[in-house]
Amino acid sequence: MAEKQWAICDEVLCGEWGLSMALKVKIKKQLNAFTLDVDFNVENEIFAILGASGCGKSMTLKCIAGVETPDSGYIELDGQVLFDSEKNINLSPRKRHSGYLFQNYALFPNMTVFENIAFVVSGSKENKSKTAEEYIQRFHLQGLESIYPANLSGGQQQRVAFARILAAQSRLLMLDEPFSALDSYLKWQLELELGDLLEKYKKTTLFISHNRDEVYRLCNHVAVMSNGHIETVSDKYGIFDDPQTLTAAVLTGCKNTSKAHKIDEHYLYAVDWQLELFTAQQVPDDLSYVGFRAHFFEPTTAQQQVNCFSAQIIKVIEDTFSYIIMIRPHDKESLLLRWELEKDAWVRLRDKPIFLTIPEDKLILLKK
Amino acid sequence: MMMDYSPLLISVKTSCLATVIAFFTGIYAAYIVVRLKHFQGILDAILTLPLVLPPTVVGFILLIAFGKNSPIGQIMMSFGYSLVFSWEATVLAAVVVAFPLMYRTTRGAFEQLDENIIYAAKTLGVSDWKIFWHIILPNTKHSLIAGVILAFTRALGEFGATIMVAGNIPGITQTISTAIYSAVQAGDNNAAFFWVGIIVAISFVVIVLMNLWLKNNGRYAMKSSAGNGV
Repeated sequence: MAEKQWAICDEVLCGEWGLSMALKVKIKKQLNAFTLDVDFNVENEIFAILGASGCGKSMTLKCIAGVETPDSGYIELDGQVLFDSEKNINLSPRKRHSGYLFQNYALFPNMTVFENIAFVVSGSKENKSKTAEEYIQRFHLQGLESIYPANLSGGQQQRVAFARILAAQSRLLMLDEPFSALDSYLKWQLELELGDLLEKYKKTTLFISHNRDEVYRLCNHVAVMSNGHIETVSDKYGIFDDPQTLTAAVLTGCKNTSKAHKIDEHYLYAVDWQLELFTAQQVPDDLSYVGFRAHFFEPTTAQQQVNCFSAQIIKVIEDTFSYIIMIRPHDKESLLLRWELEKDAWVRLRDKPIFLTIPEDKLILLKK
Repeated sequence: MMMDYSPLLISVKTSCLATVIAFFTGIYAAYIVVRLKHFQGILDAILTLPLVLPPTVVGFILLIAFGKNSPIGQIMMSFGYSLVFSWEATVLAAVVVAFPLMYRTTRGAFEQLDENIIYAAKTLGVSDWKIFWHIILPNTKHSLIAGVILAFTRALGEFGATIMVAGNIPGITQTISTAIYSAVQAGDNNAAFFWVGIIVAISFVVIVLMNLWLKNNGRYAMKSSAGNGV
């Protein structure tokens, strides 16, 4: 069943960015597999942490929320210190008002929609029910007041969870992979809703995800996280154009990566592909990897001058709207490269000898 | 011969009181153990031991711990009170054997509860007290009921520890279980049949009532049929 589209046009909800809304995080925590060691600032924006599963993203949010305690460090929100290991400050989660939206929304199963919201409002009974009704209106939950969470759709649950966070007067919004458990259709519906919501309800937001597309569509700044460390922080355009690190390149969807070393100013050797390549950029001395996106190959039927190799086709995979061709340079024992192209383009090319050119301006040079 | 109904009364009084005590202590112990970071396995083993040990062993340990020569027994003696062979001793024996069932069932339920729900409540500013009463307990009530029933029926059937620490004194510590033993010893098959019938009936009815209740109070997932066609 299609989710009814909704938009929040409530004056009260359409706040402006506050002046002092800032989150400062600098914490360390020893985990089983690695040490979480993060340092970042978020100010009046939607800030994403992009990282693979198990890289410490959720733990970071839990430390900010106060349900986990860092070994050392400092957390500050809107000028208030939430955690400071040196001064022995560690506010309890209920004093932090951190607005944690859990992956599964974590609605209270024994309470109706109305009760879920009213339960977290402070004050008198009248105030609780007045506030709950107000948020039910705002989030278009009328008619669902007496329904239990298990009987709500994913979209409705998300709305209740949001209403609950706002009703509890959270100062921050932390979204922990909000779409990861959903099928792709519902996911898109919820993303549209979330996009509207974030636009209308201007709160400093931390969004964690392993999905580059979600991050690109919803956020302003992106931190790339790997093994508990934040590798790079930049605006979202920067991170996709120039990922700088191998992790960032892979997370932003770069399908081909190889160990590499510098030959001279504009030449490098890609070890895993066994190719010597020319690049328009200056090759840095500390080059360690090179990346190349799968749809940037330029196919020809004859050998070209620069960065061209005769492609040996290993495997052809038909995808929904494209072909994925796994190739390696002829007569070489290199790692496979992934080439993606439109279906009709492949139909025209197949059965002919294929030469592939790696355009000199499309190589991604990576330092670590 | 007139039937002496005191074992029924003593058994029911003992089991009810023991169940109430096991209910609160069992939930409390489960709440603590689930949150322990160290020595969880050891504490759990100690709390579960009365469930797996022979009741005579439990009775013997209680006898040693609360007997006249023990420190606890000495203190009680100085107040002119002796626990051993008193009605309170039947309650003590019943609590000790019923407690692990309540504790185990509750602990399982607490561990199955999605911890994100608790975290969410905390980050939304709800106090621990309210979380416990309004979220943890309601969401585990099916297991708690099951634990209560198991504890009650176990307390009702308690024999070994009771006879060792409380004896088998008619009108004071003689429960249905020990009355059956006495009846068989005395060759009074009619009395034995009578008490066996009573204890089977009580246990059966209690379990059937529990199942009926569970059926009519399904999980919240199935509670409302007024879903919205999702």
